[in-house]
Amino acid sequence: MAKGRVSIVVERCKACGFCVEFCPTHVLALSSAFNSKGYHPPHVVHPEKCSGCDLCGMYCPDFAIYGTKVAEPKLVKAAGGEK
Amino acid sequence: MKADPHGVLTGTHFIDGDHACCEGALAAGARFAAGYPITPSTEVVERFAARVPTVGGTFIQMEDELAASITLQGAVWGGAKAFTVTSGPGFSLMMEHIGYAAMTETPCVFVDVQRGGPSTGLPTLPAQADMMQARWGSHGDYEIIALCPNSPQECFDLTIKAFNLAEEFRVPVMFMMDEVVGHMTEKVVIPPADQIEVVPRKHTRKSVEDYLPYGSNGDMVPEMAHAGEGYKFHVTGLTHDERGYPNMTPQTQDKLVRRLQNKIRAAVDRICLFEEDGIDSADVVVVSYGITSRVAQRAVQMARERGLKVGKLRLITAWPFPDQKIAEIASKVKALVVPELNLGQMVREVERAAQGKAKTIALPHAGGGVHNPDQILNAIVEAIRC
Amino acid sequence: MLNIDDTVNPVEPFLRSDRMPHIWCPGCGIGTTVNSFARALIDSKIDLESLALVSGIGCTGRVAGYVKLDSFHTTHGRAIPFATGLKLANPKLNVVVYSGDGDLSAIGGNHLIHAARRNIDLKVICVNNLIYAMTGGQTAPTTPGHATTSTNPYGTFEPAFNLPHLVEAAGAVYVARWTTFHVRQLARSISEAFQKKGFSFIEVISPCPTLYQRRNKMGDGLDTMKYYKEKSKVKHGTPTSEVGLTLNGEIAVGKFVDRDRPDYQSMMRAQYVESLGERYIEEPEVECVCG
Ligand SMILES: Cc1ncc(C[n+]2csc(CCOP(=O)(O)OP(=O)(O)O)c2C)c(N)n1
Ligand code: SF4
Ligand code: SF4
Ligand code: SF4
Ligand SMILES: [Mg+2]
Repeated sequence: MAKGRVSIVVERCKACGFCVEFCPTHVLALSSAFNSKGYHPPHVVHPEKCSGCDLCGMYCPDFAIYGTKVAEPKLVKAAGGEK
Repeated sequence: MKADPHGVLTGTHFIDGDHACCEGALAAGARFAAGYPITPSTEVVERFAARVPTVGGTFIQMEDELAASITLQGAVWGGAKAFTVTSGPGFSLMMEHIGYAAMTETPCVFVDVQRGGPSTGLPTLPAQADMMQARWGSHGDYEIIALCPNSPQECFDLTIKAFNLAEEFRVPVMFMMDEVVGHMTEKVVIPPADQIEVVPRKHTRKSVEDYLPYGSNGDMVPEMAHAGEGYKFHVTGLTHDERGYPNMTPQTQDKLVRRLQNKIRAAVDRICLFEEDGIDSADVVVVSYGITSRVAQRAVQMARERGLKVGKLRLITAWPFPDQKIAEIASKVKALVVPELNLGQMVREVERAAQGKAKTIALPHAGGGVHNPDQILNAIVEAIRC
Repeated sequence: MLNIDDTVNPVEPFLRSDRMPHIWCPGCGIGTTVNSFARALIDSKIDLESLALVSGIGCTGRVAGYVKLDSFHTTHGRAIPFATGLKLANPKLNVVVYSGDGDLSAIGGNHLIHAARRNIDLKVICVNNLIYAMTGGQTAPTTPGHATTSTNPYGTFEPAFNLPHLVEAAGAVYVARWTTFHVRQLARSISEAFQKKGFSFIEVISPCPTLYQRRNKMGDGLDTMKYYKEKSKVKHGTPTSEVGLTLNGEIAVGKFVDRDRPDYQSMMRAQYVESLGERYIEEPEVECVCG
């Protein structure tokens, strides 16, 4: 069960790949979709592995992604929401 | 608002122009100066360094004039009234920051005690050859104000005026002294603080939500906030919009640069100070400023003793230039004689403003001394004769 | 995949969101350093209203325009003297200088060493991308030997500054270096600098994929981050004389200097009290010159 949740502001992303590379639990991958600027933003491939550590947020030079811890009671709902 | 009595050395003094300038700054409320030593201006900051710890404020000797001319602006945004003092070579180094002050509308005073140039020139001797540099020295279109004292008393009085104008218009004011005025010792009367009018900072009273750092008001001078007050404003030397945010469009440039110009031009009548004498009945008027005006005064007297009809116009404000005033005089007289300690700077402004209505006669002097009154007298005689 | 929820990015409150997206290139490290800075502000519980940020000119100089603080984008090289005036006029302010390697060490190099010498209470964050980026990739005083730049198209041959060594020699009380890979360590260093009184200098080695890495065939931003990860060695306390950078070599990171020395304003007050006694007026009598 995911302890965290990652949020992506797709339109700000410039597809540098930092978040994908440095997520300790490999939650993310660059998607094949484009944002309106023509970049491929990341998408969540393993939501259940997200710890909410926000390392992705710390690395993202474009302030386009961030992780948050999910409080216990919200856990089920949040995880469900990912699917 | 009246002057803070702590800064006002009320009494009758026998001091030179540099010292009087320092007292004027203190009386005006300046509590911060950044400087770098250079003859013949250093005495201003030496006195400030000695005086300011007993008044409450700071002097810092910086590593160069590039630093001094921006350190003072940091101090202004920190809430102080601030100035720097320099001469020729140092003034040259400060040019970028005069533009920065104009662009960011940072109220401050640059004192330039003019000496002979170019380059190191004549460190201990006078000139008035930085007049165009004061007006045009930084790149781009902008307006500044420049005042020219001709005595130690005026070094006191007009320094206060310089700070007041800087605050009123949020503009850098150039205080254009020269070596003779700076080093000449005369009686200087410093009035009681409650007789000294001081213009306070145009500080905003708006709430954080309503505040627009570069919003133009009716009078085109935006309200200011200081760092640390919660406004979280942005200041940049880039072309910026009313929020202070960079905006590199021709439209924003046009709006901003025109406002920077118009806020001064619209107030020319109020900013332009001059002293006139005998103009209405004159055939010839001598137009001068700074130390040269004292020599001109002597020449005018000599000419009058010979029965010549000579008037005198002394520019106290050199920039903005009093176009209107010159045009009026030019339409009434035969000639305008313009002595100055340079090879022809303000005379071009006089000639332009006179619009050919009167003859403009330049009386250049390369600096290193002042004119001989006879030179000016001869020019007057010549002008009347032809 | 869009996945916005009701939470907000923890850096968002520190940004001028109305100015996003920013101008920095994909894979540029400057934005990453801003995350660490924001994290340090959160961690050290600094009062944001008393915090001012001053930048010079350059890609890094644009930081001032993106942070929601009293922020000053000054002239090229002069962030430190501007910040000096700000701090001296209002000692209650926390003043951060955030600028590029060229801005701080070339055109502003004189101010850098003198502010360190005077021990002005400033926190300097120097984003060192080893190049003049904003102007198109010219040689900086930090460009390592043999790197190709637009003004040294056959490779640089001038020796580079070792910035930690320079500022330590000049008198800085806190000197650290990290890379943009070390986001958490950088945040911790910035927090530590906020605890110090005096001149603190934190160098952040940062990718400029557009103008440095690409010209030197070092790949993109991500490749550079991987290089930082691989080649950085944490060496706290290493003599700064040994932390110079080379083109492809090891990057010594860590906290190199942490010492105490009275700052400028303390020395100034002490001197005046000693010399003037009662006559010394510490605080300006007119607290506010507002009307
Ligand atoms: C007086 C002056 N000279 C030159 C420039 C042009 N200029 C702008 S930024 C810059 C170099 C910036 O390099 P750095 O400080 O390393 O910042 P970066 O862009 O790499 O972040 C230069 C030379 C200027 N703006 N002002
Ligand atoms: S780090 Fe940011 S900009 Fe880079 S790919 Fe991830 S979301 Fe996009
Ligand atoms: S919050 Fe942490 S675990 Fe979750 S995606 Fe971001 S880096 Fe990965
Ligand atoms: S040019 Fe270099 S430093 Fe400037 S924004 Fe692009 S990657 Fe960053
Ligand atoms: Mg650089």
